[in-house]
Amino acid sequence: MNPSSEAVERVFKQERGRILATLIRILGDIDLGEEALAAALEAALVQWPREGTPANPRAWLIRAARNKAVDRMRRRALFEDKRAELEAEAAREREAGALDSDDEVSVQDDRLRLIFTCCHPALAVEAQVALTLRTLGGLETEEIAHAFLVPAPTMAQRLVRAKAKIRQAGIPYRVPDAEDLPARVDAVLAVVYLVFNEGYAASSGAALIRRELCAEAIRLGRLLAELLPGESEVRALLALMRLTDARRAARVDAAGEMVLLEDQDRARWDRDAIAEGLALVDAVLRAGPPGPYALQAAIAGVHARAARAGDTDWHEIASLYALLRVANPSGVVALNHAAAVAMADGPEAGLRLMDAQVDDGALAGYHLLPAARADLLRRLGRLREAAAAYREALALVGNEADRRFLERRLAQVAPARS
Amino acid sequence: MQYLLLIYDNEAGMKRATEGDQRVMMKSYREFTDSITKSGHMKAGDALQPTSTATCVRIRDGKTLMTDGPFAETKEQLGGYYLIEAKDLDEATKIAARVPSASTGTIEVRPLLVFAG
Repeated sequence: MNPSSEAVERVFKQERGRILATLIRILGDIDLGEEALAAALEAALVQWPREGTPANPRAWLIRAARNKAVDRMRRRALFEDKRAELEAEAAREREAGALDSDDEVSVQDDRLRLIFTCCHPALAVEAQVALTLRTLGGLETEEIAHAFLVPAPTMAQRLVRAKAKIRQAGIPYRVPDAEDLPARVDAVLAVVYLVFNEGYAASSGAALIRRELCAEAIRLGRLLAELLPGESEVRALLALMRLTDARRAARVDAAGEMVLLEDQDRARWDRDAIAEGLALVDAVLRAGPPGPYALQAAIAGVHARAARAGDTDWHEIASLYALLRVANPSGVVALNHAAAVAMADGPEAGLRLMDAQVDDGALAGYHLLPAARADLLRRLGRLREAAAAYREALALVGNEADRRFLERRLAQVAPARS
Repeated sequence: MQYLLLIYDNEAGMKRATEGDQRVMMKSYREFTDSITKSGHMKAGDALQPTSTATCVRIRDGKTLMTDGPFAETKEQLGGYYLIEAKDLDEATKIAARVPSASTGTIEVRPLLVFAG
């Protein structure tokens, strides 16, 4: 039976990312690859319903796209060298039937190359994120714009500029050399984690969790773990995202308000995600000394293992944060360390560390430092100081759900003055 | 591809450098230039006189205007350049990172625009 156009679209959607990566490698240009792919889809929509789905749809689409690209180049009299090269390659394949036997390995290599190109440090981080979501995630420009709360034309412009820079500045489609690989993998992981965090804790606007971004980041994390099996930080990031995302359903209540970890209904945590995340963490920790993502995943794992908030092993968490402070010194990590110490050794111990941070000034302007101080002051019964700290946090907060949470807490410690 | 490596550094800082430091810098530049000449990357390269010798020229309403000094006041000034041949941006930035001034100033890497036909 011949496929309907819906069936053709379905096959296309499944294969799009793989085919695009291969086309970009063959054609040496993202725009050419996208155009050729769109033309190949048009051809498939005409031919497959009439003649049946080809035995190897991916090879068919790649060949059709490449032929369309050669036609376009010929018409525009552009890329003469490239065109001659492609025509020669096509002729060789006709003899050997090479495309039909294209193996998984070379397709995987194409996607890996493309990830490193999209996350190249010569591109601005926002451009890296947009390109990765567009070419590897297969999100439409409108969807990416929506997720990052920028107008669609702005996002389209960002993508156009990034693609032009890749072309004009000669950013290669290549897996980096061994000596550069660790730093470049870090850059890729940073992009994936940024996508996840943007989805998980929207920095501004009304929706606390934009699910599609989290799902996309996890999908990319899986792809990377598959492509770079030797890099333990890759698996660690996947574990961290799975363990964090497992709490999603419990993190926001029916009214859309944020629910703190300690107050979450743990029955609503995603057990499958936790099981997968914990297995990954264990494997990573066994593999060698933990990197920053492994430590963060291990911390998420300690939370995931506690059946009730009261069962949480805060001493373990505090010592993991102490290690993380060494591996990844940052104000936010130091703040989390202080919060864990407060849970393990009492609010006063935590408050001492946080007060040192206030003096240090590295987190000036970040609402979570006064918010965390306020919480410890509240627990110590120093309500007047707690109220002042909540007000300080409110002056800095950007996300609406966080704001409402702080306002509720402020009303609890300073009912008379609200 | 060809890339222009524009070398920006703080002139005032370099003027303050001791004679010994300047000798070390000169030696590093000689070694760097020799090395990229031997490897076949070098197309051209020069050092520039300081910005105190610069003159800006512009034509407005048909009149030629001349002003003393560089176009913009910035912390780092253009002090020299290399024109190199590299296979892609990764190779170009690796070479740029070896320019001695990379550790004190900034090396801007710009691909040359190639006109078709």
